[in-house]
Amino acid sequence: MKNGDIIGTPVSRKEGRSKITGQARYVDDMALPGMLYGATVRSGIPRGKINRITFGPGIDWHEFAIVTARDIPGKNCISLIEDDQPCLADGTVNHPEEPILLLAHRDRGLLSQAVRAVSVEYDPLPAIFTLEESERLSEIIWGSDNTFKTILIEKGDVDRVWEQADHIVEGEYRTGAQEQLYIETQGAIAAFDTDGRLTVWGSLQCPYYVHHALKKLCGMPADQVRVVQMETGGAFGGKEEYPSMIAAHAALLALKSGKPVKIIYDRMEDMAATTKRHPSRTRHRTAVAKDGKILGGEIEFTIDGGAYETLSPVVLSRGAIHAAGPYYWPSVRVRAKAVATNAPPHGAFRGFGAPQSLFGLERHMDRIAEVLGLSPIEIRRRNFLQPGQTMTTGQRVEEEIDLGKLLDKAVELSDYQAKKQKFTGENQGQDCRKGIGIAAFLHGAGFTGAGERHLGSVAGLEVTAEGTPRVLVSSTEFGQGTETVLCQIAAEALGLKYEDVGFAQPDTAVVPNSGPTVASRTVMVVGRLLEWAARDIRRKLTSCGLLGEGYSPEEFRTACRAYAAEHGPLRSLAQYQPPDDLVWDEENYRGAAYAAYAWAVYVAQVTVDLATYSVSVDDFVALQEVGRVVNPVLAKGQILGGVAQAIGFTLFEKVIWEKGRMQNSQMTNYIMPTSADLPPIRVYFEELANDYGAHGAKGIGELPMDGPAPAILNAVQDALGVPFDSIPLLPEDISEALSAGAAKRSLTSPAKVGP
Amino acid sequence: MSDCPQGRSKCEMALRVNGERIVVRAYPMDRLLDVLRGELGLTGTKEGCGEGECGACSVLLDGTLVNSCLIPVLQAQDAEIRTIEGLRSDSRFQELQEAFLELGAAQCGICTPGMLLAAFHLLTKKPQPTIEEIREGLAGNLCRCTGYQQIVEAVAEAAWRGTAV
Repeated sequence: MKNGDIIGTPVSRKEGRSKITGQARYVDDMALPGMLYGATVRSGIPRGKINRITFGPGIDWHEFAIVTARDIPGKNCISLIEDDQPCLADGTVNHPEEPILLLAHRDRGLLSQAVRAVSVEYDPLPAIFTLEESERLSEIIWGSDNTFKTILIEKGDVDRVWEQADHIVEGEYRTGAQEQLYIETQGAIAAFDTDGRLTVWGSLQCPYYVHHALKKLCGMPADQVRVVQMETGGAFGGKEEYPSMIAAHAALLALKSGKPVKIIYDRMEDMAATTKRHPSRTRHRTAVAKDGKILGGEIEFTIDGGAYETLSPVVLSRGAIHAAGPYYWPSVRVRAKAVATNAPPHGAFRGFGAPQSLFGLERHMDRIAEVLGLSPIEIRRRNFLQPGQTMTTGQRVEEEIDLGKLLDKAVELSDYQAKKQKFTGENQGQDCRKGIGIAAFLHGAGFTGAGERHLGSVAGLEVTAEGTPRVLVSSTEFGQGTETVLCQIAAEALGLKYEDVGFAQPDTAVVPNSGPTVASRTVMVVGRLLEWAARDIRRKLTSCGLLGEGYSPEEFRTACRAYAAEHGPLRSLAQYQPPDDLVWDEENYRGAAYAAYAWAVYVAQVTVDLATYSVSVDDFVALQEVGRVVNPVLAKGQILGGVAQAIGFTLFEKVIWEKGRMQNSQMTNYIMPTSADLPPIRVYFEELANDYGAHGAKGIGELPMDGPAPAILNAVQDALGVPFDSIPLLPEDISEALSAGAAKRSLTSPAKVGP
Repeated sequence: MSDCPQGRSKCEMALRVNGERIVVRAYPMDRLLDVLRGELGLTGTKEGCGEGECGACSVLLDGTLVNSCLIPVLQAQDAEIRTIEGLRSDSRFQELQEAFLELGAAQCGICTPGMLLAAFHLLTKKPQPTIEEIREGLAGNLCRCTGYQQIVEAVAEAAWRGTAV
């Protein structure tokens, strides 16, 4: 029954035509009759007690809807893992962008004047802003010890390896905050109907996260709250948890005013107040034998979660599990910790902890290579995980992955050896020095550990009265191609054409909870559920004799119409069933951390200009094994976009902090790469089957965020002979390092790196 | 010119948008972007940053590519304004749109209208740009999804098809 020509084919985006004509409807393109605009008064100080709120002169405050914490009908929280983050500050503030008060008015211009006219008096409290300040516990700002979560992963007896080691290599690596910088800022519209039911339309990734948060905030039952995803102009994790906040604010203003309320953040508010990638510190201490084999190691991974917990525990979890990379560690101890500071909460961002810990690891692998006099290629080859070996959580590598072969191919595609030799020979005395660097890594697809089991996602298909099947999922499209690939999977499974299958707008009144659109899980997990649902639809039609073994789309439609006439609407929902062989012990961090892994080797070639200290990436090879590629154009687009975003993370994007507040919350002074800043990025896929994913697919969305940073900094070290272990790496950092005498010396005699 | 001495009250201004003469009531210093989106319902023009950095609000003003978030509506009087809605029937624009669709140049779509206008403007000035010229020509329009490569390929493809016709 399979067409066999849908999976692996670059069909056009389902919603593509509406996007290229400007007809796609984003939340700010929508207006409701009588709608007001909402705005937020924020704290402005990092920590303190609120004494008094004053409404200044010159504003007719009667014209405004004003909401404070007292107006919240249910629980004052943005419910996520914990209920620790208030929707509106009630007496105290814990970061400089904390929302205190909401205003709504029909005139947007008056609104911004009114926000400025509200003044808040505080008793300031001492605040903390760095990992180290938080760890010192001089001020306790969250819980009893400023700690959101600790994780310990232990394998073997690492305490015994130090005496056997020929070398012990240590290093510390840091990554900065990164803004998602989706081009559409966050926004939502909320309205109550005459029966008191609440609907929110928003730019968001996870309709049911927002639904959950609104129920608790408003004290309303599930069927009284409806969340609709509008076309979403980029998200990258930034619209995973934050939309619950903006939806909550719009809902409270709508409740108070009795009118629909729209809140759209301007760019400055969006960048300053919403979540960013967690800043991190990774420390490695590794025991290595003289042949380059890792004997064991200690890894300490710490992230800054900001003022409230949000998703920090799960970001930490992914980071901790990925911290050992695609290598075999006979023994290892990973200690991970997420701590609190008085900054806006950090949150989900493509990669979700893995780019941070893998940056540390892949810089450290080059350091080990240098100490041992091995090449970066050889140190990786000698330590790669092999099928049958166990990872840090004890998970056995079941896939027939050959990382050595992947490495060989990346080396060949990038012409690594010849270039390395050429640069070493030609760099001396040049104003522009070239280097080449490599990173090998993996990325787990789907929720970590027992996450998918807990979610128990439901996805399905229904057939409309006209006989057209459509996909029912809460999985959202925000650029990655969700609508397209899920329709491809459903069409293939139904034995229809791609064009025959539609996609229901994610609306909690219409679609089941197929889980959040995160964690590179959509194709693998939700896609697989759609395969099951499609099989069930076919079974229903064949078992009542309406459909034979082979059929045309028209015969399918006729059969569906006949079925509906006799039995009512044809609909099938499938729920995630955890495979028996995937077992996870959350308490001890043992077992199958992920159902499948994507594997990759990336190679970056750079030029460092010693006059301007700027680094440009000249060539980039991205080679990955991602299971079956469902749509080659979209899959390539994911890798290209991810590598570009990661180049920004590495060389461009620096959040300037001042007492917990972002100082450069504009596109003018927080710089992301333009089309003129990026190299040609060469993308290659290897495809191994994956038993757990739809048509053998794995996840790919986050993978390309993990490798570029260490590959680029490894290339910079290759060019200059000077190690840099912190990103973003800006020209001023290179200038400073090269001005230091020691660095100058090592510049004239590059670190010894042999074949 | 209209009579708005202080600029503090709304007044009527005549605009030519997508070939049509339209009278709007707005403050003279209202952003052209808001007038297009709010008053005229032309929501294909997007706002990304409000400070002329991202190019999502790109429109053509007398054939020149401008950020409509930086143009007071007063300044747009008497000029010919073209938005994505007005380019729908232009065959060269359609060629660009199709290339964007086929080659994966649109992901989330929020930068796409502005990007298409910037590409159209580039190809109008320079029908056969090199890859470098495309990269330079689009550098005023930010895209966070694609890494630009598939956009650059789409523009090159449309340019090629343009000469092939």
